[in-house]
Amino acid sequence: MKKDVFKISPCFEDIMPQEYIELVRENTSPFDNNQGVNGLGGGKELIEEHPLCAGCGLALSLRMILASLPNPEDTIVVGSTGCSAIAFPQVALHNIHSLFGNQNAVASGLKRALKLRFPEKTKDIVVIAGDGATADIGLDMVMQSWFREENITTIMLDNEAYANTGGQESGMSQKGAVLNMAPTGKKFSKVSLPEIARESGCAYAGAVNPSNIKRFEKMVQRAILVAREIGPSYLQVFAPCPTNYKLRPNETLIKAKSREKDNTYPVKEYISPTAQEFLNKLEEGKHNG
Amino acid sequence: MSNNLYRVQAGPEGYLPPAAASMGVVLPEKGEAIVEGEITLVDEAMKEIGKKLLTAKNPVFFPGPQILWAWKEGVAERARAIKELAEVVGARIIPMPDYRPKYPMINPAIEINPNHPNLTIWHNKIDVCVFVGVHCHFANVALKIIRGGTDCYTIALCGEAGHEDAMISLRDVDLAVIQKLTAVVAELKEVMVHD
Repeated sequence: MKKDVFKISPCFEDIMPQEYIELVRENTSPFDNNQGVNGLGGGKELIEEHPLCAGCGLALSLRMILASLPNPEDTIVVGSTGCSAIAFPQVALHNIHSLFGNQNAVASGLKRALKLRFPEKTKDIVVIAGDGATADIGLDMVMQSWFREENITTIMLDNEAYANTGGQESGMSQKGAVLNMAPTGKKFSKVSLPEIARESGCAYAGAVNPSNIKRFEKMVQRAILVAREIGPSYLQVFAPCPTNYKLRPNETLIKAKSREKDNTYPVKEYISPTAQEFLNKLEEGKHNG
Repeated sequence: MSNNLYRVQAGPEGYLPPAAASMGVVLPEKGEAIVEGEITLVDEAMKEIGKKLLTAKNPVFFPGPQILWAWKEGVAERARAIKELAEVVGARIIPMPDYRPKYPMINPAIEINPNHPNLTIWHNKIDVCVFVGVHCHFANVALKIIRGGTDCYTIALCGEAGHEDAMISLRDVDLAVIQKLTAVVAELKEVMVHD
């Protein structure tokens, strides 16, 4: 399958900002040559002048997700309102911004339309949205898409807060979490969305953090491939927020690792028997091939 | 023909100008165009575009993502046609590759951002601008801000249904329409040179 991204219209290369030219220049992107996450650092998935905060866990995870896509040329990312949404114009992939919380409804329609429009092509629809859009305001649309068994992947960038609006607690904030606009601490527990996803019809559900990039890549690819062939999938990505949780920018990965270690953000993976059979075949083929 | 009295003209119209649609300006039907809030024939609108561009002191084209990126078949050809049109006019081109909020970091010398298009227009002393390949919802926001805060004359070449908030807007702009507009502008330029 071709790994490519869309290019600048040739006649406009002389007027485009240099960053965009570098974003799509041949042989500098991990999208080329099937490098995957091994190619991170050798090129750009997201332009450097993106507006996310220094040390942002979303920016890191977004880069890793983009590098992990099995089929970037034919992937459409559906985003929602939030921090991540303002980074999407700086990637060289098709992406759609939906109204807050509507992302899984938009993605469902898109997947169905593309099946009709391009029956001979494989088109992956990957929802990438924050915890507010996925577990709070958009939970209705998200769960209904799982109940309907839509062939879409939902990836939650979980920074455990409504970060873009100044720091309110979200359903994904931990119990007791104190934020700028939740000064007395959250009163109830973090939503267990991977388990809800599993029970709601997802053929693959998981939680991961970006501290181990090969594991991260494998789980992103599993989620997308299962959604392509078997049924809906969900991956929850821990994306620490230095701004609202008062971390230094260089502490993002330390935070991600420590939360895994102290079991407050464990890596999880639930795979349905059909999805497991499918993945076994794929992964066996890869090892033998 | 529209009976509406609201004229979509170069501003500045002040803070919070109304959306032209809320003032009764309607979008053109297929085969029509819109000039300052009035429905007209496409040929008349094209001549008007030519006059505005050729008499401008500093006409600038703002191509958006839908034409800057060769994301599907036919885009590169349309992009080339737009560049030819800009060359015939003698207009500058400022790309608009993304729309993220940048305030207060926007560099008005080199970029237009629909959240602050007035800054780019003020900085560059742009008196006539052309929006092309800009997603409609962003174009609407930007055109309204420009009308509210500047005296820049706005022209929107829209691949969809057109823009009420632009002073002149064509709809269903494909390669053939761009080429026809270029021919109209070139012809007008010839006439103006000889006059």
